[in-house]
Amino acid sequence: MQRYSFLGLLGLLVFPAFADDVHTVMRESVANINGVTVSRVDRDPLQTFCSKPRAEAGDQAVVAELRAAAMASVMMPADGAFLGSWQSGAEIANNGRGLQYSDDPSAPNGGNCYACHQLDPREVAYGTIGPSLTRYGARGQSDVVLQYTWTKLWNTHAYNVCSHMPRFGAQGILTEQQLKDVMAYLLDPASPVNIPTTD
Amino acid sequence: MQPHLIAAATLLAVLTGTASADDGMFDEYREMMGDDSPAVFVIDEGEEYWYETQGPKAASLEACDLGLGPGVVEGAYAGVPRFFEDAGRVMDIEARLQHCMIELQGRSAEEVNRKPYSLRGDMGTEMEALVAWLADQSAGMAVNPGQVTPEEQASYALGEEIFFYRAGPHDFSCATCHGQNDVRIRLQALANLTTHEGAAEAYTSWPAYRISQSVVRTMGWRMRDCMRQQRLPELIMGSDASVALQMFLAVKASGAEMAAPGLKR
Repeated sequence: MQRYSFLGLLGLLVFPAFADDVHTVMRESVANINGVTVSRVDRDPLQTFCSKPRAEAGDQAVVAELRAAAMASVMMPADGAFLGSWQSGAEIANNGRGLQYSDDPSAPNGGNCYACHQLDPREVAYGTIGPSLTRYGARGQSDVVLQYTWTKLWNTHAYNVCSHMPRFGAQGILTEQQLKDVMAYLLDPASPVNIPTTD
Repeated sequence: MQPHLIAAATLLAVLTGTASADDGMFDEYREMMGDDSPAVFVIDEGEEYWYETQGPKAASLEACDLGLGPGVVEGAYAGVPRFFEDAGRVMDIEARLQHCMIELQGRSAEEVNRKPYSLRGDMGTEMEALVAWLADQSAGMAVNPGQVTPEEQASYALGEEIFFYRAGPHDFSCATCHGQNDVRIRLQALANLTTHEGAAEAYTSWPAYRISQSVVRTMGWRMRDCMRQQRLPELIMGSDASVALQMFLAVKASGAEMAAPGLKR
């Protein structure tokens, strides 16, 4: 990294147009398409902080600040009910569409949980970027588990700053009802996520 | 690999339900196709475009300097991105071809940008054909992007920054999927593009004939499509961000042998 920082600095001194703010380059390198506007390359403080190799994301004072801001952003369900329908949650977990310029903006967004997590142990097509959530419901349904899980879905950075996971609630990717359905998929004892395979 | 080994590997992959199930099937397809990749037609088409007289200046691209001198096509693809003094910027193969279309053939920037990449199942574009042919002219040669001038070095540094740039509603960067070893999305194995091995495997295999889309896709298209999946807007062909990302990957892949156009799922 030392070497590249040095080169970057050199570039800044000699060729400002090349080592200029990466944001400016991004803005000039993209175009609006199908409702997805160039403003999407603008970053909030969390995104800016997390835009570096994980090993480097180390300033603990900033981490604590971002974690507190993430925690403060969480909106618990208005009616106090955390669990919706696990059947709807299964659909959301399997749906990888939403917010890409190739997607139909009028269709509901998916959560795409299976892209990164194992859930129902009978589903073989699961990704491994996130931990396995099979039998997640074994944690029970105490207030602590409900609030922790909701917070994790709403804004994962409240617990793990610079986690790879999207902020499904804070960024408006999923609606409150969809989040409840995903909660049920994870925590309802009848959900296939919590039913072990027989073999 | 021998056919029976492929069959065994495919069977094993299907039985174990691992990430390689997908790859096994396509390995088998590739084996069946042998040297008959549909990309060969696109390569021929690209060569025709190179010699075709086009634009207000009624010129072909034969005098285009891709970095090794006017008209030198052998090995040119393996040597980009690089700094081009006449343009005053670092260019990938697509940016350079656009430059030549505008300067040599007198075509408008608007015209050469109108439809950079084909749609799924569409007829391929002129750019896709030219890039396929030029990549074929570098087959077996070592990836060797420019890293001598300050502009080239700055482009690499910029590419690295963009690789880790998290943005959009999902907070994704390239590194979200391509920054770790041995992970996958669903069943799709992901290359760690921050390593030489991962970058080499990816970089040397583009452009490629995409079986699922029935067209040749370029490295520039792949950058654009990753941005789409990141929920970001359209990445403009030949833009500084597109060039810098390709520079980052090409430098990581340096020394690996070009093996494109290949076949991909």
